[in-house]
Amino acid sequence: MSLTAKDKKMVKAFWAKVSGKAEDIGCDALSRMLVVYPQTKTYFSHWKDLSPGSAPVRKHGGTIMGGISLAVASIDDISAGLLSLSELHAFQLRIDPANFKILSHNILVVLAVLFPNDFNPEAHVAMDKFLAAVGRALSEKYR
Amino acid sequence: MSSYKRRLFILATSPTQCRPTSKINKIQHAFWRSVPILLKTLLKLRPSVYDSLDSVKETSTASNMVQWTDFERATIQSVFEKMDYDDVGPAALSRCLVVYPWTQRYFGNFGNLYNAAAIQGNPMVAAHGKTVLHGLDRAVKNMDDIKATYAELSVLHSEKLRVDPDNFRLLADCLTIVVAARMGAAFTADVQGAFQKFLAVVVSSLGKQYH
Repeated sequence: MSLTAKDKKMVKAFWAKVSGKAEDIGCDALSRMLVVYPQTKTYFSHWKDLSPGSAPVRKHGGTIMGGISLAVASIDDISAGLLSLSELHAFQLRIDPANFKILSHNILVVLAVLFPNDFNPEAHVAMDKFLAAVGRALSEKYR
Repeated sequence: MSSYKRRLFILATSPTQCRPTSKINKIQHAFWRSVPILLKTLLKLRPSVYDSLDSVKETSTASNMVQWTDFERATIQSVFEKMDYDDVGPAALSRCLVVYPWTQRYFGNFGNLYNAAAIQGNPMVAAHGKTVLHGLDRAVKNMDDIKATYAELSVLHSEKLRVDPDNFRLLADCLTIVVAARMGAAFTADVQGAFQKFLAVVVSSLGKQYH
């Protein structure tokens, strides 16, 4: 299930529309993940405040969206573009790759909430495939 | 009792150590085999000590059921009350057929499913989307026993329609996205949690009768 030329075009076009609200998207997606999938909180025991929209959540949401932006820019070779991020996740963060799917789902929910008219089925399938590809690229160095 | 009858009684009811060979042995054997059965029946007939403990009775049937908080119950009722089934149903099903194209395998006789526009405009898809969503209504009205509510539908999907149960999860995800789009900011993280839990129970119940 690799990205076709049509998918890449759709992702770039959709990202151009939504990147203005990237920090909000990241913050909301991360907040939702921590509430709806409480097992993900285990990765953030070093934060004082895990409530939705708190300062560490907002900051980290922004960081994650920065990574997504980088992936959009390197969409023709996501593995190469995310190499250092992949090493970070594999050797230092060691986040179970199942959580990439969980966060991707929450990003899609937030996109539906914030952009109900733009997030049509074609945009949905392209973004779903793209986020899955990002997850795969991040898992590259795990073993 | 006459001494003859007394001797016969003692003989007939003495425990026998060996396999029944003679007729007397067989009578003895049968008598002693029946004793534990008689005792068990008598014990069953006596009032059970558990009958008087109402709380134990309630939890023993409740232990298999999903536990819903008041917030979850209220949220599910409210979300479905506000929902336009005839809009959300077709939107969710058509989205599922676009985002997960392999699900189209079950709709070979639905006509034109060649691209997203065709799928979204297809009247058979729309009609079926409404059917599916009205089917969900049964669970909304019977939250305390969704498993039993969907037993028949589960058999239908497994034996007759032969749908891979993973598809229920895919449709549930699309339904979440569509409801999120319709509700906007009202679809908070807590509402999302309740909604996804409800759908997870539905998906699990529909997969229960697959053997």
